[in-house]
Amino acid sequence: MEEVDVNPTVTNIPAIRHGKHMGFAWGPEDILVYETQFKASGPSLSGPGGSFIHKVRKDEDIHSPILRKLFNESHHIFVGLQTIKEDVPSKSKKPQFVSISRNYRSVIRACMEELQQVAVSTKDTEMATQYGNQVSILLAIELIWNLCEVLFIDAAPAGSLLLHLLDWVRLHNADADEKAKDVLQSDSPAEHHHYWDVVVSYVLQGRLEEARQMLAKQATRQPASRNMYKLMDGLLSKMPFYNPGGTQTLTEFDVKWRNWHEEVDRYLKDNSFSSNYHLELICKILVGDEDALLEQKELLSTWYHFLITRLLYCHPTVKPIELHYYAQSCLTMFLDSRSVQEPLDSILLAAFEFDIYLVIKDCSIVLNNWWFVAHLTDLLDHCKLLHSHNLNFGSNMREFLLIEYASGLFTHHSLWQCAVDYFDHCPELGRACLELQIERVPLDTERKALKVLRICEDRQMSEQVRSICKIMAMRALRNNRLGSALSWSIRAKDAAFATLISERFLQDYCTKGTFSDLDLIDNLGPAMLLSDRLTFLGKYREFHKLYGEKRFKEAAKLLLSLMTAKIAPRSFWMTLLTDALPLLEQKEVIFSADQTYELMYCLEELTSSLDTAAPGADSPMQEQDVEQTKVELLRLSLARNLAMAIVKEGTVDT
Amino acid sequence: MESAKYVSLKISKTRWRPVSHSSLQQPDIFATGSWDNEDNKVSVWSIGDPGSLGLEDGFEGDPQLICEHKHDGDVLDLQTVSVSQQWPRAHRYPCDDAPGTGVACSSPEIVTVGEDGRIIVFRADHEGVVRVIENADSSTLHAVTYLRTTEVLTVNSFGQLKLWDLRQQNNSPSQVLSLSGDRVPLYCVDRHPNQQHIVATGGQDGMLCVWDVRQGSMPFSLMEAHSAEMWEVHFHPTNPDHLFTCSEDGSLLHWETASPSERPSFLQGGGSSSMTSRSAMAPAGGNQSIMSAWLCGDPSKSRLETTHMLPSQTLSVNSLDVLGQCLVCGTDGEAIFVNRQVPV
Repeated sequence: MEEVDVNPTVTNIPAIRHGKHMGFAWGPEDILVYETQFKASGPSLSGPGGSFIHKVRKDEDIHSPILRKLFNESHHIFVGLQTIKEDVPSKSKKPQFVSISRNYRSVIRACMEELQQVAVSTKDTEMATQYGNQVSILLAIELIWNLCEVLFIDAAPAGSLLLHLLDWVRLHNADADEKAKDVLQSDSPAEHHHYWDVVVSYVLQGRLEEARQMLAKQATRQPASRNMYKLMDGLLSKMPFYNPGGTQTLTEFDVKWRNWHEEVDRYLKDNSFSSNYHLELICKILVGDEDALLEQKELLSTWYHFLITRLLYCHPTVKPIELHYYAQSCLTMFLDSRSVQEPLDSILLAAFEFDIYLVIKDCSIVLNNWWFVAHLTDLLDHCKLLHSHNLNFGSNMREFLLIEYASGLFTHHSLWQCAVDYFDHCPELGRACLELQIERVPLDTERKALKVLRICEDRQMSEQVRSICKIMAMRALRNNRLGSALSWSIRAKDAAFATLISERFLQDYCTKGTFSDLDLIDNLGPAMLLSDRLTFLGKYREFHKLYGEKRFKEAAKLLLSLMTAKIAPRSFWMTLLTDALPLLEQKEVIFSADQTYELMYCLEELTSSLDTAAPGADSPMQEQDVEQTKVELLRLSLARNLAMAIVKEGTVDT
Repeated sequence: MESAKYVSLKISKTRWRPVSHSSLQQPDIFATGSWDNEDNKVSVWSIGDPGSLGLEDGFEGDPQLICEHKHDGDVLDLQTVSVSQQWPRAHRYPCDDAPGTGVACSSPEIVTVGEDGRIIVFRADHEGVVRVIENADSSTLHAVTYLRTTEVLTVNSFGQLKLWDLRQQNNSPSQVLSLSGDRVPLYCVDRHPNQQHIVATGGQDGMLCVWDVRQGSMPFSLMEAHSAEMWEVHFHPTNPDHLFTCSEDGSLLHWETASPSERPSFLQGGGSSSMTSRSAMAPAGGNQSIMSAWLCGDPSKSRLETTHMLPSQTLSVNSLDVLGQCLVCGTDGEAIFVNRQVPV
């Protein structure tokens, strides 16, 4: 089968000035286009160029508000389908699959009706044509889906097959009903100019009861031909229809039908209806006369209607595998030299040939959106109708189509959430694709970030969790929201970032002398343990609190432990020791002798490291002086405290 | 039961238009706000009057759109006020606009909170901002509700409930309550309609916490509700033994608690025996106060019943509102569910 070859459509970018060269870059579902200064010949132009970047989207359907309902509802059905248990054998699941297929179709129909309403009511002609196009595409989609449901999913055997196909044709041929309505509502239906059209349409669709009722109206008007009408009525009422639920076997039905067929043929040959053109025509149709059927091209309007009618009146016990012979021949007979075979026709033909892959392939080419093929293939896969048809990169067709569809959804600012479920049900490549895509969802508000995070956490995508939390934390940090930043890094269990934030807090403290965001630091709780720096911050604040509450002994103990347990960063030790000064200077001895020894040890450690570090030629003399004074003050206080402590501890109370 | 109405917009908030208590009417008009769309909208919908159409039980007409209005940015909270004004850029960062996350009204005052940690007070008839509490919180404030006419309660990303007295001029909360364990962010808060000291919150871990604001800084009870973030919690306004929660995991739960005894609670007065046997902690006011079933420490004793209200699992249910017998909720699946036969 040849590829459908169409000329690419040309899209004008309105804002780019005529004659300019355009540069472009591929996006996931679109192209970014911009104006350039490049000139094919001659020197490049100078001067200001266009300052816009244009986004050219191929798939407009995603952004249509009415079609969005299609995407959402079908997503719901899709998820429901995936949860059907695998252990039950497929035979008993068939009714379930059929009902799911019907659900999909009713969703398509609902969308189509809404689009139709809008198309009719809108005043904008361009929008009206666009809606009209969408409606016709949806019509075609539903037609194809319905046929696939009948042939593949329901897979009716000979006998019922024709009945289902009849339903299919009736559903997609609303003309007859509209005309019938007109006719019946008129004053004298039998005289309406569409009257015979309606009757013939009914016969063509196998709706013989309704045909008989219509004919009865004519019969009353022409009492002279009463016998003829009675005869016709008799023939119509006697036509056998296969009853799948009944006790009659197919062979018995076949015999009965042949008998009836012969009877009709006899009457035709007897010229019983020759005086009435219309009745003769109906008789010819009942016999299955091809020429008579072909004459009714207008009423049939499509080759597949012709096919079904022909089968009804020539081979009602047609078997599924025989269908394609008839289909091909009907197609050729119906299309004369003027009309060309449309893509829809090829797709339907492929369906009649039971070539599922061809159907899917052609649909993929013709439609601009993966929605239809993705969902249909998924359903067919569940019905175990697709053998694993390996593509070049190893995944099967269903997964490929679902991933294409979901990737398209992901570029939509809103529908990305639906896409996540699709990726979930692609066992091979879904997770990898999701990981790539989820990081690129723009995070405008915290709430959106929370939802994205929940998606990642549920699937244990820890890399993505960390990266998203880091983005949010950096943003918070940039806006000076330290508490927010900290809560994000706690969620990601990001120790490095927590350290960064604690450093900021400590810096703030050093510059301002007080802590900002006390409500946060005071209530860290177990989160404190996330990073050493954070623990230090919490404990340091606790020290301040204890000091404020005048619980000096405990404060002192805490302060010391901060240094000895190496929780405090070396850079902060000077500050801590300076904080110890007021405690040392108290009248009451707070630090015990041992504790004082430890303090002195810390001081020595600090000063020795300061000494070994290159004496900064850049640090001005005054700073060094200040440092020196501080150290000396400390040494003095420590010595004094040591003296008092030794004395106190040596004293025995008598 | 409800069926979904698909509206082509992810719904972030739904709210019933308040109906006056005297008219015993069921509410029929609700508003929805959308989010995550290029053009977000606030839409007003009406569900037809069921009585006049003689429809069978449970089946109701689809919500019909009455009007809609464009909205810049996501709609994060919705309240009905009789007058509308615009206060642009009320919430902001030094270099960006910050999203406002919650709104509470106690006519004519309106209080909003945002990701910038600010609490801003407006008046419906006043053009400018009435008061700003800067740096009320160092993390994001997610929701706000009125406790009394001059007090508001906020919840933040650090799992803290803060009580603010708006009469006071200092910018610090008068009370802070939080869980002692993991600091789980809280996203929603609602006050018991009759007993103002009872507050329910929900947060990131999907746990429903009921707090007694008068005593202690710890929640009274913790119940596992959902498997993902809880977005909204609502006490039923006229029948507070019923509570509704909705969550990111796509479920909407209806909590029903039976009163400790068969007699209505206002007759209980001095009967201490039935009450103390149920609660783990004695209530602050002794046995004179009217106990609420929510403050029973042991959920199994207080006969808490939970029912799922949505027919099947959907994408996240972002918002719900309940008034009378009608419940409306909106989901990320771009669907609105309306239930007019809520058993309360």
